[in-house]
Amino acid sequence: MIEVRNLEKSFGSHKVLEGVSFTIHKGESVVIMGRSGGGKSVLLKHLIALLKPDSGQVLIEGENIVPMDERQLLRVRHKFGMLFQGAALFDSMTVSENIAFPFRRDRTLPEDEIARRVAHVLELVELPGIESKNPSELSGGMRKRVGLARAIVYEPQIVLYDEPTTGLDPVVSDSIDKLILRVRDRLDVTSVVVTHDMRSARRLGQRILMLHERKIYATGTAEEIFTSKDPIVKQFVEGISDPIPEGTPTSL
Amino acid sequence: MPFDSFHGMLFSGKWVADWLEGLGQLTLLARDTVKSVFTFKVAWKDLLYQVYFVGVKSQSVVLITGAFTGMVLAAQTYIQFHKVKMDTATLAVVSVSMCSELGPVLTGLMVAGRVGAAIAAELGTMRVTEQIDALRTLATHPVDYLIVPRLLALHVALPLLTAESIVIGIASGYLVGVYLYGIDSTYIWYNMLKYTGDSDVAAGLIKAFVFGGIVAIIGCYKGMSCGEGAEGVGRATTEAVVYSSITILITNFFLTLTLGKILHTV
Repeated sequence: MIEVRNLEKSFGSHKVLEGVSFTIHKGESVVIMGRSGGGKSVLLKHLIALLKPDSGQVLIEGENIVPMDERQLLRVRHKFGMLFQGAALFDSMTVSENIAFPFRRDRTLPEDEIARRVAHVLELVELPGIESKNPSELSGGMRKRVGLARAIVYEPQIVLYDEPTTGLDPVVSDSIDKLILRVRDRLDVTSVVVTHDMRSARRLGQRILMLHERKIYATGTAEEIFTSKDPIVKQFVEGISDPIPEGTPTSL
Repeated sequence: MPFDSFHGMLFSGKWVADWLEGLGQLTLLARDTVKSVFTFKVAWKDLLYQVYFVGVKSQSVVLITGAFTGMVLAAQTYIQFHKVKMDTATLAVVSVSMCSELGPVLTGLMVAGRVGAAIAAELGTMRVTEQIDALRTLATHPVDYLIVPRLLALHVALPLLTAESIVIGIASGYLVGVYLYGIDSTYIWYNMLKYTGDSDVAAGLIKAFVFGGIVAIIGCYKGMSCGEGAEGVGRATTEAVVYSSITILITNFFLTLTLGKILHTV
């Protein structure tokens, strides 16, 4: 469904991605993990063509989206929903207007049907009855749920999650994880989650890709990654900063 | 910026390359916008809101500017014309100046300050908070949704605001001439009508239409291409006002030459 071939991306002289290639199959739930600032979000944005690579291809259902212009991409983006790190809700609109935005732009559904779908999707994210609230009145966790509601209201085939649990307390993070799983199972979507939250990665990823030093360093099932003996994977999974070599004298 | 890097940038020609790149991007944005105007169905609600924001909300600043410009122009003209006994031509000068130059230019500058800055700040904030990316993921072209309604609103509102500014400027000039300096009201009014042609009014309104496009496109471009964080938004806002104002002043000169030729030969 999604195929990335030899993706390269630099910002000025700073190379962020180098020869990145992988495939994600229909209905699969894939987690991309890696260190902060390592290019995970940049990679995710390439999947929906919010960024253009310096070279390489991104194929969505066999169609290379890299050479497409912004107007051609509108058709491809109908297949996607995306939850942004900061939710990216339109702050001049209410929750209901945010979620109904894609329908109002299309002008294909009557108002009562739009209202019904908004209410349905808000129930799915466990926030019924908040249609008239403004984004500024919502907590971080609620904003992410509304962002997710907006991303899935169109019933897309692929949902991209950019750091869905960053900045949230463990309880809210857990509820967001459960929500992502519920969306995946109920709507039968392909999910791509970018995270450095190991608990989320373990729960959400049927397969995990680890981005390290601009490349896909490791790939495998959650079990394989979390039990890996590779020092770099192990260091990341266990959350250890530069390990102190054995025999180094310490003052403590 | 340290002196060495500034010096290096100045003489490496980088600023020329950056300036040309910016100009190219601005042209491409303008091209996309014009294409979208003729192909995309604009949402009337969005357009009406923008006309309200640009037009109705700019009333006070435009009226005050027009009124005091008309008054000071009448006073200055009277002081000079009185020396050569041409008092009754005072309002004619005010009228022609307000219609063809001061009305559109001052209204354009005021709207560039108020609306151009607001557009750049709003779109800049949307960009840094990823709201523009969110629009794109919702299969919406930012040009269709964000730029076209603003461009059309400014094309509609700026000529209307200019007309208002011209009327209030002439009325204020009349009050100063007649009630402050005691010029005969019949002659001052007669001369004003005699020397103000339709071409002066047309030139003013055409200029206002063009200036509306300049404020919209530069404001939108600066907002959509703004740098990261609060500093980026601040810089985009300042640059939107400065570049719009300078472009209005430069364009005005060429429009005066061109419209003078076209309108006075028709």
